Amino acid sequence: MWQRIKSLIIKELWAVWRDPKSRAILIIPPLIQMVLFSFAATLEVRNVEIAVLNSDAGGHSIELMQRLAGAKDLVKRLRVTHSDAEASDALAAQEVLMVVRFGADFSRNLDARRPASMDILLDGRRSNAAQILEGYVESVVEQYQSELPGAGRGQKPTIMTRAFFNPNLESAWNTVPCLTAILTMLVGLVVTGLSVARERELGTFEQLLVSPARPSEIIVGKTVPALLIGMLEGSLIIAFAHFVFAVPLSGSLPLLYLSMAVYLAAVIGVGLFISSLVSTQQQAMLGAFTFVAPAILLSGFATPIANMPDWLQTVTLINPARYFIVILRGVFLKDMPAGLVLDSLWPMAAIALFTLASASWLFRRRLS
Amino acid sequence: MMWSPNRPRRLMALIRKESLQIGRDPSSLLIAVVLPLLLLFLFGYGVSFDLRRSPICLVVEQPSGAASGLATSFRASRFFDVRSDVTTKGCQEELVAGRVNAVVVIPSDFVNRLAGRDLAPIQILVDGSDPNTAGLMANYIGGTWRTWQAIEADSRGLSSALRLQVTARYRYNPEKESRNFLLPGLVAVIMTLIGTMLTALVVSREWERGTMEAMMATPLSVFDLLMGKLIPYYLLGMAALAVTTGITIWLFDVPFRGSVLVLVLVSTAFLLTTLGQGLLISTLARNQFVATQAALFSAFLPGFLLSGLVYEIPSMPWPIRLFTYLVPARYFVPSLQTLFLAGDVTGVLIPNTLALLAMATLLFVVVAWKTPNRLDG
Repeated sequence: MWQRIKSLIIKELWAVWRDPKSRAILIIPPLIQMVLFSFAATLEVRNVEIAVLNSDAGGHSIELMQRLAGAKDLVKRLRVTHSDAEASDALAAQEVLMVVRFGADFSRNLDARRPASMDILLDGRRSNAAQILEGYVESVVEQYQSELPGAGRGQKPTIMTRAFFNPNLESAWNTVPCLTAILTMLVGLVVTGLSVARERELGTFEQLLVSPARPSEIIVGKTVPALLIGMLEGSLIIAFAHFVFAVPLSGSLPLLYLSMAVYLAAVIGVGLFISSLVSTQQQAMLGAFTFVAPAILLSGFATPIANMPDWLQTVTLINPARYFIVILRGVFLKDMPAGLVLDSLWPMAAIALFTLASASWLFRRRLS
Repeated sequence: MMWSPNRPRRLMALIRKESLQIGRDPSSLLIAVVLPLLLLFLFGYGVSFDLRRSPICLVVEQPSGAASGLATSFRASRFFDVRSDVTTKGCQEELVAGRVNAVVVIPSDFVNRLAGRDLAPIQILVDGSDPNTAGLMANYIGGTWRTWQAIEADSRGLSSALRLQVTARYRYNPEKESRNFLLPGLVAVIMTLIGTMLTALVVSREWERGTMEAMMATPLSVFDLLMGKLIPYYLLGMAALAVTTGITIWLFDVPFRGSVLVLVLVSTAFLLTTLGQGLLISTLARNQFVATQAALFSAFLPGFLLSGLVYEIPSMPWPIRLFTYLVPARYFVPSLQTLFLAGDVTGVLIPNTLALLAMATLLFVVVAWKTPNRLDG
């Protein structure tokens, strides 16, 4: 029996490698995604243009403007505007993300120790980026305020926020490790989905059925190659994250691999499920894609699960990617202890058991 | 191109044939109906940048009147879900486990720190493993702190502690809801699915099965052939626009401040680029599998990642920033966001529409040139 499974696995790996379509799909798309996601999927805010409308004659507004422009990679340019309409048009045409307005008595009020207000108007069409920019403006102003003469009375030192695990809040430190979850999912689904569909298209599936291999052996023969190829591509991304992007990888690597294997098992179960429903490779691809889109969007990768409505948060409990993302962030950045990894590992194992068992059941039914 | 009295009738027959073909295949229905609705609901309910009862740990090292007042401010905020039953060490573990996004510590000498000038009165730790959320958390926690300070100073009869205040307003989207800019932008992705992916799939199937050759044997010209393909997909794309826009406005309460006519015009320009791309892919690939792949990677993925829908184009490295100028969705997404939230802003709409029309023209010239009207061509 082991001999038969072994030859099935070897045959499968050969088939994937020899088929130009499968080979191309395992090499080109992951590369494109790796480059696109790593470099383009950024929510950082950089190269922003700001319009200033200054009716103030004093020095405080000028000093504040210089400080705002001080963060070189955040603010590309300060644009001085001369009328409300001009500033407003620049905002509407998305030439600037923010308009800063100083009233005529801004400096006079500050010098006289009266309250003064700096008005900022932000583009709500990019409200996420705008909020990050607002946070930056607040911190600049808070710093400036604590340096004002006479700030002593009732005035506090500024509050420092410390970011754990990723002190410079680098976007890539989140994106590139999490990419492991996206790419291994695609690979796991595509390898299983395509291999069964390919055999159907070529008519070799019947040959497999009349061979001495039992259905359970055929299933193992389809699962293991996908697992191997998935682990291989996963390793490449882990190496890419660590060596190219210098993401720390502070936790336990064996635990990361164990988690990846369990995650892949859960995904391959879904892949087998899809493959028993489709008849062509093209349909298998689309089926895989239809599963990947929600699984990734509801994984906590792009936006936090806590922001979703409660019922949808409950739905995400059956999503294996949700757990793997926690483990990836934990092992890469947080030196996550084994106990906490296991907390996320066992739900994934339960999902894997369920998808594999139900897929084999369906698969056997379709076989017989 | 010869004109014959039969031509309109032939074209109608062609359009009818094409429409039937779309409805007959499960893959087409998946692309035209299931995926768009799935994406719409995922983005409407699931994808959101708006903090909502975000889990935080609050550590009060020594209870005092001031400390409990501040703690109440955090608990009352709709942005936070405050856990205060844990020790400082326990909080760090929650942070590692990803179960809370931030830890706020009110130290034992909070009251002294408030009076003095040397030490920051509270400490904030955020989970940097999700950098965007970390930044927003820092903002919202800072905001809650400043509000509490102002109220506190007020109640003690001091003049406001803050002499210099920032008053921020968000134009076009005062509630700062991310759904308001994500859903309009998603229209671009949905139209890409239909314009490029569906067209590429169905037309490449014709090449694959050889029925395209049968079409060439008919008296139809290349122009007729292309029109026969274009019109049904154009109508389907516009129908998708109507349904998506309707759901966005009425189910998800996103405002629409532009004019419908402008929306139709800009969308037509965009749809033409996606159709051109779809036809080009099918002509070059002539194989369903390759066509689906090519559509996925040349249209869908860039539409998502390089259009400004979710991610920030100005923050990308310059080679990718330059590349985004080749992605039609890059021009359509800001136009949609502007039409929904701001209105008919010519400064955004005219340059973007012109760019789309230029791209569409170029694509169709290439398609006409690459589509053979003879078998040996």
